[in-house]
Amino acid sequence: MIITENLEKKFGDITAVQSLNLDIKEGEVFGFLGPNGAGKTTTIRMLSGLIAPTQGTAIVNGYKIGIDNQKIRSTVGVLTETPGLYENLTADQNLRIFAELYGVKDIARQIEKYLKMLGLWERKFDTVGTFSKGMRQKLAIARALIHEPRTLFFDEPTAGLDPEAAHNLRNFIADLRKGGRTIFLCTHNLDEADRLCDRIGVFKTRLLVVDAPSNLRSSLFGRKIVFHLQNVNENLIASVKKFDYVTDIKAIDNKIVATLDNPELRNPELIRSLIDNGADLTFVGELRHSLEDVYLQLVQNAE
Amino acid sequence: MDKIKVIIRKEWAEVFKNKMVIFTVAFLPLIMIAIPLIILYSTREVGMGDSLSADVSQIVSSELCQTDLNNPECFQVYLVSQFMMLFMLIPLAIPITIAAYSIVGEKNAKSLEPLLATPITTFELLIGKSLSAVIPAVIATYGSFVIFIIGASFLITSKAVLLAFLDLRWLIAIFIVGPLISVLAVNLSLMVSSRVNDPRAAEQISMILIVPVLGFFFGQMAGLFVINREVILIIGVILLAIDAAVVYLAIRVFDREAILTRWR
Repeated sequence: MIITENLEKKFGDITAVQSLNLDIKEGEVFGFLGPNGAGKTTTIRMLSGLIAPTQGTAIVNGYKIGIDNQKIRSTVGVLTETPGLYENLTADQNLRIFAELYGVKDIARQIEKYLKMLGLWERKFDTVGTFSKGMRQKLAIARALIHEPRTLFFDEPTAGLDPEAAHNLRNFIADLRKGGRTIFLCTHNLDEADRLCDRIGVFKTRLLVVDAPSNLRSSLFGRKIVFHLQNVNENLIASVKKFDYVTDIKAIDNKIVATLDNPELRNPELIRSLIDNGADLTFVGELRHSLEDVYLQLVQNAE
Repeated sequence: MDKIKVIIRKEWAEVFKNKMVIFTVAFLPLIMIAIPLIILYSTREVGMGDSLSADVSQIVSSELCQTDLNNPECFQVYLVSQFMMLFMLIPLAIPITIAAYSIVGEKNAKSLEPLLATPITTFELLIGKSLSAVIPAVIATYGSFVIFIIGASFLITSKAVLLAFLDLRWLIAIFIVGPLISVLAVNLSLMVSSRVNDPRAAEQISMILIVPVLGFFFGQMAGLFVINREVILIIGVILLAIDAAVVYLAIRVFDREAILTRWR
């Protein structure tokens, strides 16, 4: 659980984070999207009790930042932007050090659990210097989880990984959400955020918007329904356009694209109207805007 | 305390895989033991007839010699005493090398942030890192002195000369001034390491501490002063004050936020 109130961080004259207000529920996967230098890492550092805010406050797992920083650090797991592992030490040694610092009781069992979950068990006694980038990232995730934190901060978890490694890691994160952990996910990968997150916040020094990805799409672009027809004519376009709830209509090739709210309710009426006017309807679908469109629109509007 | 131990073990596991560190920790004490022993061996016959030149007579009249030493014995004590300051290079160079590779290594690997994200306090982290550099240096200094004394006991026939090396002056230098130098060296290295990204640069800049040590060495060699019990005690007190100041500065440099936002 994360609650922030007017959280702000300045470095000299530069404002890195401005009046951030968030309310992230327990068990929620929250995507934090923003361009480079937007203040995402600074936000994670403040929320994990690493740096102090200039203004405002936040509560993480029931502990207030600045007052209970050590308790916050005990109950959160942080995957930093770079894995930051000890290259000369083995995977086991890397995890053991952090398990001891977190005061984990059954260290051997925890190491075994996460190395097996992440497919690194066979490489337990190999030095990290021999690991691929994907393996290092997995080990860094195991390190962030070794003490069973209630909240996880992931800063670009799949950055720089090949598609297969990124896919596997995304699946792992998807599995983690089933365990009821709160996950705060900073990412540039909009597809990743779309697939994993319950809600996303688009951020550029200040929070531009917070909502579920589907709601963001519809609020920014409306929902677009595509009617595939044998032939399109003015009569058929008019048969759709006549409804008040159709806010926009376009004809592209043999398709009519109508923008409207709540298509689940309206579609039967539109389909009936088209058929009554002689349309040969071959297919009906929804044109989905990518999260990238949403993101770009919001960030560009903010500039 | 447990977290400090974890940090020390982590540091040693990591840093002692570095050949440069192993070389410094092992090789420097060997040299510092060998030089005075060679001098003892090569001067064992000097002035056996008890007739010394005027210069040497002047030397042996110095306050380094106790009354129960004859002239040749005093000459040996005088010569080897010159190397007491060189012995002080052990607690100086070892922690500088360890701390430089440790801090700069962490900076380059970007491994400090995950470490700072654990419930460890910055004080525990600083103490852990400092001790991981100071402990090997102190052990190497004490060990070197013990080996030197054992080696000297085989080369020196006079019990009085051997006892002169167990004089309070030597004991204060080895057992008190040595650790104080280590604390100074590690904290200076820490501060320098926070500003540079190359362990060799951190090492070289921190090695500026070698200048006063060599100053004492050459000053005594040139007869400008004698490092007697009082002088070594004064050096110890001054070092204690300087240590307090550098530890204070190091704590400020080693602030969690400073590490994350200012260390580049």
